[in-house]
Amino acid sequence: MQEINRETLIAKAKELLDAGTVDRLLGWKRGEFDWDVTPAVFTADNLGEFVYNSFCGANFSKYLIAETRKSEKKVLVFLKPCDTYSFNQLLTEHRFDRERVYAVGIPCEGMLDVAKIRGLSDNVASVTDGETVKIETLWDGEITSEREKLLAERCLNCKSKKHVAYDELIGEDGDVLDSHRFDEVERLESLTPDERYAFWQNELSRCIRCNACRDVCPACTCEKCVFDNPNSGLENKAAANEFEEKLFHIIRAFHVAGRCTDCGECSRVCPQHIPLHLLNRKFIRDIDNFYGEYQAGAEVGSRAPIVNFTTDDLEPSEAVRRDENA
Amino acid sequence: MRKLSLERLDALLSSISEKMPLYLPVDTDGGAHFVRFQSGLKPSEKLLPSKSAKDIFFPQSEELVNFKVDGKKIEIIDIRKECEDFVVWGVTPCDAKALRVLDNVFLAEPIDSFYKNRRDHGIIVSLACARPSETCFCQTFGIDAADPDCDVAIYKADGYLYLSPKTDKGEKLVASLADLTEDTDEKPVEDAKNTIRERLAKLPLANLKADAFGAGKTSKFFDAPEWSELSESCLGCGSCTFHCPTCQCYDIKDIDTGHGVIRQRCWDSCMYSEFTKMSAGQPRLTQKERFRQRFMHKLVYYPERYNGLYSCVGCGRCLRVCPIGMNIVKVMKKLGGNENA
Repeated sequence: MQEINRETLIAKAKELLDAGTVDRLLGWKRGEFDWDVTPAVFTADNLGEFVYNSFCGANFSKYLIAETRKSEKKVLVFLKPCDTYSFNQLLTEHRFDRERVYAVGIPCEGMLDVAKIRGLSDNVASVTDGETVKIETLWDGEITSEREKLLAERCLNCKSKKHVAYDELIGEDGDVLDSHRFDEVERLESLTPDERYAFWQNELSRCIRCNACRDVCPACTCEKCVFDNPNSGLENKAAANEFEEKLFHIIRAFHVAGRCTDCGECSRVCPQHIPLHLLNRKFIRDIDNFYGEYQAGAEVGSRAPIVNFTTDDLEPSEAVRRDENA
Repeated sequence: MRKLSLERLDALLSSISEKMPLYLPVDTDGGAHFVRFQSGLKPSEKLLPSKSAKDIFFPQSEELVNFKVDGKKIEIIDIRKECEDFVVWGVTPCDAKALRVLDNVFLAEPIDSFYKNRRDHGIIVSLACARPSETCFCQTFGIDAADPDCDVAIYKADGYLYLSPKTDKGEKLVASLADLTEDTDEKPVEDAKNTIRERLAKLPLANLKADAFGAGKTSKFFDAPEWSELSESCLGCGSCTFHCPTCQCYDIKDIDTGHGVIRQRCWDSCMYSEFTKMSAGQPRLTQKERFRQRFMHKLVYYPERYNGLYSCVGCGRCLRVCPIGMNIVKVMKKLGGNENA
């Protein structure tokens, strides 16, 4: 379960509100159930509805773009380690004013995936977090599960417990982890092109073009997306054919390449459970292999290797050859 | 009322599919989806298919008409074909009711001949909900999950499948399966209905009321200050609309093939920035207005136009898929004043 709780965060929020450091905060609002929390802006008046539990996975970094435009006063935001990478990346891209944010880094023990819980029971009355997670159901009695088995994929493959941006930290900072996040990419690379095509054909066939992956993505911050422009011939709405679904995801993966921090929001929100993060991880791995290790968002102002020319750069033909030999 | 042992379900499904196409929800990597039956496929045990049976009657995209262009000559090619009879198996009672909502729109003049064709030939087999989920609230809209509005209602009890035909189409289908099924009295089904209704009464959303909404409430809710807060973190994606069994908006697009035109329609979402964009622009400038439109349509505009019928059936899909955990239940509680229901 999480090291910190709701009360700790509310106390911190009150302290900062009272001191006038901030005049509002971005937080998670209680839902109908344990799992349907909603990002919301709080002031001292409505902190009663503030909640923090292991379903508070939403990455607030992108919300800061709109929120910091509303007022010159600072907004308080609680950032999990993975969120801080998106935070830095958005600062690198000059997407919000750092002076209008007070960032408090909070530790994270990984978030639960409600879809995995639904795999155990589809009538979830309540979820009690812990090393063993207790699921009270409507018709199946109490079900227990090891926490690890219910963790979101991105948390099982957590890349870092280290906060790369904050004004203050609650708890001890962690370390960059030696994760297994590229294992699945390697498995896909080891397939034949036909097998790999079949894999993506199967996954992307479920895409309904709801655009949730794009709309939640902290790297997708264009004021006007090409897929929202009727004159582009690619505007959103339903895919006209099978090709359009792939086109959408491939263009998106290219566009965020070098800027994607691997926060995993795309896969979290996909209502059709398409492992979209694998497309991005393929790009991250290729960039690492071809140009040296690079983590987007690790620091503010870093230039992604693919937008930065150096004389040591790999020739494009060499990149293709290495990829073919991979 | 007829019954057969659940062990013989595959034989029953095979028998139907020998007569006509049969669609049923089957487990896939991404939840249960409707697919065409083939021998060996097992119906999903999940309560809700990821997407509803709407998709079979009103697919996400379809061609309407083609044009062949040769110089100044334009030939119109009508691609409509009468479809054959088919069965949709395992439709939930809420999704069956959702088709009634679509009927009001598509079967009124001017009739949508594409939709009507499929509705005329489709036979809806609906499974009563023995294990409703915490996200279910069909009762709010007067739907009885123990007694679905469909062609054949089916029930599972004591190792048997019970088939209760409810329309002429349903009678014919059940009669055609006489060699596999046997006559039975109604007692086990009555017991099953009672159990279902007891469970429905215990659901967390059992007391959610829609009374505050309905015809004539536009001015009451349109300028409500709560819309700002409710829509504050909406991402503007179309996940709710594209999973909704009653959302019916679509866009039409002409695709230039170089030697003609394919006229295609595809679902559209009021949550999108380009929805109903005209030469003067999009009438709903911010996400607040787009968000409001979706819920006002479900709870106020539709009932105003169609005799008080709400265009939400309480399936709960939007509760499950919204990336930010916002949904119609929260909207109703906030605006309708029964926050503690």
